[in-house]
Amino acid sequence: MSQSFKIRKGHNIKLVGDAPKNDLGNVSSTTYAVSPLDFPGITPKLAVKAGEKVQAGDVLFFDKDRPEVKICSPVSGEVAEVKRGAKRKILQVVVLADSAITYASHGSFDLKSGDRGTAADHFAKTGVGALITSRPYGVVAGMSEEPRDIFVNGVQSGPLAGDLAYQIEGKDAEIAAAIEALALMTTGKVYVSQDADAPSIAALNHEKATSLTFSGKHPKGLVGSQIAQAAPINKGDIVWTVNAIDLPIIGRAFLKGEYAPQYKVVVAGSKITKPGYATITQGANLASFIGSHVNTDNTRIIAGDVLTGTQIEATGFLSFGQSQITAIPEGNQTEFFGWVLPGFGKFSTNRAFWAWLFPNRKYDLDTNLHGEERAFVVTGEYDKFIPMDIFPQQLLRSILIGDIEKMEQLGIYEVVPEDFALAEVACTSKLPLQEIVRNGLNDLRKEMI
Amino acid sequence: MKFVQNIFDQTRPLVEKDGKRNIFYPLHNAIETMAFVPNHTAHSGAHVRDAIDLKRTMVTVIFAMVPALLFGMWNIGRLHYGAFGEESTLIDNFLFGALKMLPLITVTYAAGLGVEIFFAWKRNHAVNEGFLVSGLLIPMIMPVDIPLWMVAVSTIFAVLIGKEVFGGTGMNLLNPALTARAFAFFAYPTWMSGDQVWINTKGEEGAQLVDGYSGATAMGDLATTVGQGMDNPATNAVMAEFGADGTYSLLNAFLGLIPGSIGETSALLILLGGLFLVFKGVGSWRIMLSFFIGGLVMAGIFNLFAVNEFMGLNPIHQLMLGGFMFGMVFMATDPVSASQTETGKYIYGFLAGFFGIMIRVFNPAYPEGIMLAILFMNVMAPLIDHYVVEANIKRRAKRLANA
Repeated sequence: MSQSFKIRKGHNIKLVGDAPKNDLGNVSSTTYAVSPLDFPGITPKLAVKAGEKVQAGDVLFFDKDRPEVKICSPVSGEVAEVKRGAKRKILQVVVLADSAITYASHGSFDLKSGDRGTAADHFAKTGVGALITSRPYGVVAGMSEEPRDIFVNGVQSGPLAGDLAYQIEGKDAEIAAAIEALALMTTGKVYVSQDADAPSIAALNHEKATSLTFSGKHPKGLVGSQIAQAAPINKGDIVWTVNAIDLPIIGRAFLKGEYAPQYKVVVAGSKITKPGYATITQGANLASFIGSHVNTDNTRIIAGDVLTGTQIEATGFLSFGQSQITAIPEGNQTEFFGWVLPGFGKFSTNRAFWAWLFPNRKYDLDTNLHGEERAFVVTGEYDKFIPMDIFPQQLLRSILIGDIEKMEQLGIYEVVPEDFALAEVACTSKLPLQEIVRNGLNDLRKEMI
Repeated sequence: MKFVQNIFDQTRPLVEKDGKRNIFYPLHNAIETMAFVPNHTAHSGAHVRDAIDLKRTMVTVIFAMVPALLFGMWNIGRLHYGAFGEESTLIDNFLFGALKMLPLITVTYAAGLGVEIFFAWKRNHAVNEGFLVSGLLIPMIMPVDIPLWMVAVSTIFAVLIGKEVFGGTGMNLLNPALTARAFAFFAYPTWMSGDQVWINTKGEEGAQLVDGYSGATAMGDLATTVGQGMDNPATNAVMAEFGADGTYSLLNAFLGLIPGSIGETSALLILLGGLFLVFKGVGSWRIMLSFFIGGLVMAGIFNLFAVNEFMGLNPIHQLMLGGFMFGMVFMATDPVSASQTETGKYIYGFLAGFFGIMIRVFNPAYPEGIMLAILFMNVMAPLIDHYVVEANIKRRAKRLANA
């Protein structure tokens, strides 16, 4: 059974620096770091101290309010340091890796006879539960909650996104196991989406899953757009989302009991000197890799894509759950009369420039804002980029004034910050839409719990 | 351009927070960001951004207004020399008009930006670009002979009461340019209506006007036909002017060769600006189209049930006169004071056009019905949006109930 949808609203941002299917090999590192800041919705409580020995899959920290949300070490070794910021806020737990990784064995899981309770337990103790995001709020899923449905997103349509088929090839057994494990967690459906504009990935078709295919523009690759088309979230619903690229990691945890968060990471962008795919374990220090693959002169390095990724230092670590590294120029230069000149070569989704006449042109975009922040003036602008039945600007206004009831009425449960990323790019007033939505969700969650 | 940048860099410490001339910070910032798009980079959310900003949006609107503005200048000169029966070339007409227009524009910008900059300084934010457009719209909807101080007072009133008390650009309920005109219209009625103000006939030569010369507008003349009934010989002379050979013929009205507010006479060039705005995606075609249809429907109804010549005027001709086209393209489409939902824009535009013609014809004391209709719909726009959004809320609630 398969349902097809076409996403008509949105925009494909085409950037130079596409990654060819070029294997850049294994990236090893001596230190690995996990940052609690990469996990929205948790209050971290440490499970280890500096100097303690850990194996890959041992808990580093967990959520104070929901102890079953466990964040595990990606490698074995010794906890080298707990970096803290203001008010002793935990910024990073750094692990000095062994030369040969040993895994904490949580035992394999019998998917045939398993039930929801035992599967939930296995998700929690192996650490792969942290790969699941829970909506509303867009936070790390707690295993005690029962999702209405689970959406596995097999569409990667963001700027410079990797080829999913290539990134997960040869992991069919793990993928099948992961889908079966997820199916145990819900009495509803497990939906698995695929890109209708790319070759179908056979491994993602599973008898326990409902297939969805999406064609059209980005954000077809955002699970929020997919949910809105297939089965919108109502007040009171909980829906879990999982990226298809995480399925092999979940599968391995169920088949072998091991936590090995490793990705074939796509490395792309105009500032990348050697684009391609590198095998990197989550949390790895990227200093030497970046040194040899990126032109770091006035460069922004992003773990993730340019729409939703997090900026990292040239000596930084691969953030949790990110399977893409993008490097683009910093745009910290002024531009003489840039707003009034014709601007033929400029990227814009707005017809006030000329980019719409050249839909296939690729751009070498930098990080310049191209203007100053202003109040909402232009209307109907965000609607063009959010394929959901919501009023984005009215929702944002209700968040800004802190009107919880209005937020609920206008559908805040259906969105997470990434759904506003394209609108944020296009925003004439340069408003931080993703930040506004994140704050709104946090306020709402505080109110509800 | 390094040396220009250096000037800004050197003067910036003076105006910054602890500088001696902090009050000039918004002005400094406004001029600097106009000369150079700032080097600010994205620090939250998406790492790349669209090249569009509010300056670009506003300057696009200004480009759209230029043809009507230039025509308006030329028309001032043409009407002036025509009133005295003097021969004049295209250049003479244009120069005369430009000399009349430039002080109006300068005074408007000075008065409006002064208020804006003061509030930007008080509220500690940058000067918004909205007034770039308002400041050019205001002189274009004024009669040529209005004293400069009246323009200044109207502008200050509009920016202060129409905009800043609501919180500034983006928060205003009413269109600031129309607020200025409404203020002038009610505060200085003798300068804003009648048959003395639309053509520049001041000066020593004023006594030498050609015989039988009338400086009234089409709207003013039409108003005299109300209460006279249809086909009344008393109105024949007036209605002849609306015939094919008359002053206010359909062709003249379309081209703009008639007296009126400076920028609003040429339907052709205003439409050209409107097409440009729609082409550039800056102006809402939904509002323009529904506004036109709304006006057409009302004028059509009047035409069907005409009891006087004003009502009986050909609907298309009706729409080419007065401020209808200008209001449609440049006033009703202001994104802040218009309806903000796409569905709402159809309703808002239709009713604005509809009421505009209704007010104009039913109450000839207010020939500028369009201005009042748009202001009225500005006030009603949030209500329209409320119901459009409410429909979405209900749909969501229904989905929940059925789940």
